[in-house]
Amino acid sequence: MSKIVLSHIDKFYGDNHVLRDINLTIEDGDFMTLLGPSGCGKTTTLRVVSGLEKPQHGTMTIDDRVIIDADKAFYEAPSKRGLNLVFQSYALWPHMTVFQNVAFGLKIKKMKKAEIEETVMRALKTMRIEEYRGRYPNELSGGQQQRVAIARAIASSPKLLLLDEPLSNLDARLRIDMRAELKRLHKETGTTIIYVTHDQVEALTMSTRIALFKEGEISQIDTPLGIYTNPIDLQAADFIGNPRINFIDAKGYYDGDTLRVTSEFGVYVYPHETVKTDEEIPVNTEFDCVLGLRPEMVDIFTEDPQHRNTVPATVYANQPAGSETLVTLTVGGVEFLAIQVGLVDYDMNQNVFVVLHPGRMNVYNKETGRLIKYAKTKHKAGVDD
Amino acid sequence: MAKKGWKRPPMTKERLKNQVLNVIGNPFNMIVFFTLIILFALIIIPLLSMVQNTFIVAKAELRSIPGAKIGDYTLYYWRYLLASPLTKTILWEPLLHSLLIGFFVTVISVPLGALMAWLMVRTDIPAKGLLSALILIPYMIPSWCKALSWLSVFRNELSGSYGVLTGLGIPVPDWLAYGPFAIIIVMTMHYYAFAYIMVSGALRSINSELEEMGEIQGANKLQILKSITLPLVLPSILSATIMTISKSIGSYGVAARLGNTIKYYVLATRMKEFINDSPKGVGYAMSILMILLAAGTIIVNQRLIGTRKSYATIGGKGTRSNLIPLRGAKWPMLIVITVFLVAAMVLPTFFLVMESFQIVPGGGYGLDNLTLYAWIGELENAPNPAFAQNGLFRNSEFFRALGNTVKLSLIASIITAVFGQFFGYITTRGRGKWYGNAVEQLIFIPYLMPGVAFSAIYFAMFSQPRLGGLIPSLYGTFLLILLVSVVKHFPFASRSGSSNMMQISVELEEAATINGAGFWRRIGSIVIPLAKNGFLSGFLLSFISIAKELDLIAILMTPANYTLSFLSFDYSKEAMPQVADAICIVIIAFILITNRIADRFGGNVSKSM
Repeated sequence: MSKIVLSHIDKFYGDNHVLRDINLTIEDGDFMTLLGPSGCGKTTTLRVVSGLEKPQHGTMTIDDRVIIDADKAFYEAPSKRGLNLVFQSYALWPHMTVFQNVAFGLKIKKMKKAEIEETVMRALKTMRIEEYRGRYPNELSGGQQQRVAIARAIASSPKLLLLDEPLSNLDARLRIDMRAELKRLHKETGTTIIYVTHDQVEALTMSTRIALFKEGEISQIDTPLGIYTNPIDLQAADFIGNPRINFIDAKGYYDGDTLRVTSEFGVYVYPHETVKTDEEIPVNTEFDCVLGLRPEMVDIFTEDPQHRNTVPATVYANQPAGSETLVTLTVGGVEFLAIQVGLVDYDMNQNVFVVLHPGRMNVYNKETGRLIKYAKTKHKAGVDD
Repeated sequence: MAKKGWKRPPMTKERLKNQVLNVIGNPFNMIVFFTLIILFALIIIPLLSMVQNTFIVAKAELRSIPGAKIGDYTLYYWRYLLASPLTKTILWEPLLHSLLIGFFVTVISVPLGALMAWLMVRTDIPAKGLLSALILIPYMIPSWCKALSWLSVFRNELSGSYGVLTGLGIPVPDWLAYGPFAIIIVMTMHYYAFAYIMVSGALRSINSELEEMGEIQGANKLQILKSITLPLVLPSILSATIMTISKSIGSYGVAARLGNTIKYYVLATRMKEFINDSPKGVGYAMSILMILLAAGTIIVNQRLIGTRKSYATIGGKGTRSNLIPLRGAKWPMLIVITVFLVAAMVLPTFFLVMESFQIVPGGGYGLDNLTLYAWIGELENAPNPAFAQNGLFRNSEFFRALGNTVKLSLIASIITAVFGQFFGYITTRGRGKWYGNAVEQLIFIPYLMPGVAFSAIYFAMFSQPRLGGLIPSLYGTFLLILLVSVVKHFPFASRSGSSNMMQISVELEEAATINGAGFWRRIGSIVIPLAKNGFLSGFLLSFISIAKELDLIAILMTPANYTLSFLSFDYSKEAMPQVADAICIVIIAFILITNRIADRFGGNVSKSM
């Protein structure tokens, strides 16, 4: 149970500046996911927290205890940080049985034999692998090895559990099972977890909070819903969500109070309270902006639904996929993707009506790529938005 | 440190204290530190000291250099070597001979090795299992043993005793029995192995789909071979070529045995004469030239291959490769390999064994000329008055040499193997860091030097007291021979160590760190158990290599330290070669058995991971 504070962490490999001024607070009991494409610094951050890497600059505390103070060249030994780590490769020792793997750290702590036995078996039971205690790692399947790796990490009852892309070597089905398993583990033990992944579905489904990494910096820290609804910039918006968000070019005009956005869909006027005023927005002049439209926020009707945000559209392509249908639509010169629940059949070039919800769209300044208007979440937005 | 946007924090007392603690508190740093010191002391300093010796007047030359005192700087030795009336005899001729031998050995053995590699890896040649078990055995027979065997067949009056042919009344001309022709043939039967090993490694890594694609495009077998397979293995052929040139130029034993009789000298044999007589400085200067020559070719190779290596390992999923049917060429090809095996393995061993049972060498294999004397005879009952010592198993020199060999190989290979693992650990864990590179570069240096030149370095360094008498003269001691054997095998041992360590993922150690294991605990519970098999096979392989070594120790030998190899080499100079042959057979048997055991452990390495 611990609160971790990273401040102004900088890490270089030679001249390569891999972590740039990382500031991150992880509250006690958080399931914090570090999310980003490969090479963005998320694993390095995790390794800095674990003590396997030493940053050149910055400090880190765990429950107000100083763990890293780079200016004083002070780095607490990894084993004294009260944490444990699950590696992407699992890093199970091939010459030790499952039991010996899990017991290794306990033995080093000079725990009594009976106690070790009990602790190891508890960990194995938690991961539901107690019957494999005498096996060697190469006699186990990938999923079982994964469970052993987690059991080894939780056996020492760490206050902080670090997981480095633990599911990336599993097949799609096992991944869903293990996601559930990890979520339960977090709830049951209450341990603070830092989880590294490049898979946004893992991040969205498991975390309590997500830190979004971009080129060695943290670009956004928010809840999964917050990140999904209002990605901080165009890259984040593009990265989060599957299928991808639609970007629609538009012209913006901001008079210091309301923001007017003109696009093929028409003219939307956003009130002052939804505008992100701490961003760079040209005032009293027309500027290029981008509308962010999630595919699931488009409703398609074959008859005019008499809604004030209705726009006539043409079906460009239709991809039924069982539980959902992907429909590519055009309005004027703009092409965008919509998702409909269940199997829906449209003909190519069929004329339809789409209801758009301007309140639920994001607006980005095209020049800076940054979010300048918040979207409302569906349940907060009125039917008309 | 040109880190943009980051300034080094001010040095405070606390920062300094922590930094010092970080460095000292980590045993790994200490190991790296001591490794660098050891390598520097054992490789760089002796090398520099030999270079220095070529510029300093030694006692033996006091009279030749008027007005000089011992320790004065002089260009006498270099002038003697490079610009004196003797230069042609002592430098240009041997150099020419070395290059000639290197050229022909390479021209014959590389295509031969490459062809056999291709046949064994890519075609459906019959009896492949048997052939692949046999094909490297000729390489395991020490090259100078093959030279002895050559002599047992082709010796003529010049040697004092006859070979098989002369004994049958067939006159053998000198050019056939001794000199370049014989040297080239014997070396070819040894150095084909470089091309074979490297090319077959490259061929195995090539995905057969690449060749199949060529077939689908309509190319015939020859076109595929020429425009797909050959270019892909070209880097390995190039490597093998350079290795073969460098090795055959630096080789001593074969050239001495087959060349000295008719005063056909190469660089290595000339150099040894100078070092064992005088002026030693000239010998040192020659060994510097040899090192430059060998190092030069190897470095050229690194440069050439460096950029092209990338596609040598193009793999892909297709480990299953379709063999190329040889059809009509099947039997002729089989005959080629069989002839080679007979010439390089069966006949040399046969003639050595047979000669060891003869009373008069070259006297035929009739019962009246056969005896067990060379093995178990006593001098007073010698059937031939020319025998100069007891039979092998009653010969105290043999037992002393056997003891020396076992002692040397055992101690040296244990030390090399342990150091090799540490070096491997440092170079793999320090890959891309300055200390990893430094260790790798330092360890690589002995590899660049021919064995005989390397021992010249140690001779120069330790044949006189050093550090004001703190290190006494080591010439004639077991310690010096041990030291040379250990350091010369560092590159080999460290390569085996690093391939071993490469298999142990860093994460396995990091996982132990996280669980609270310190450096020694990690080494003890994780690294050593996982490195065990690799260590054993590395140990056995250096054991073999040290046990058969001749070139490396020839300069440093004194009778008390004779090893089997050198004893046999020494005996073979006498008129009665039977005892020398018998020792050769003991060595060959010893090597084959040890290799068998190493194989077993080598096999385990792949299985256990």
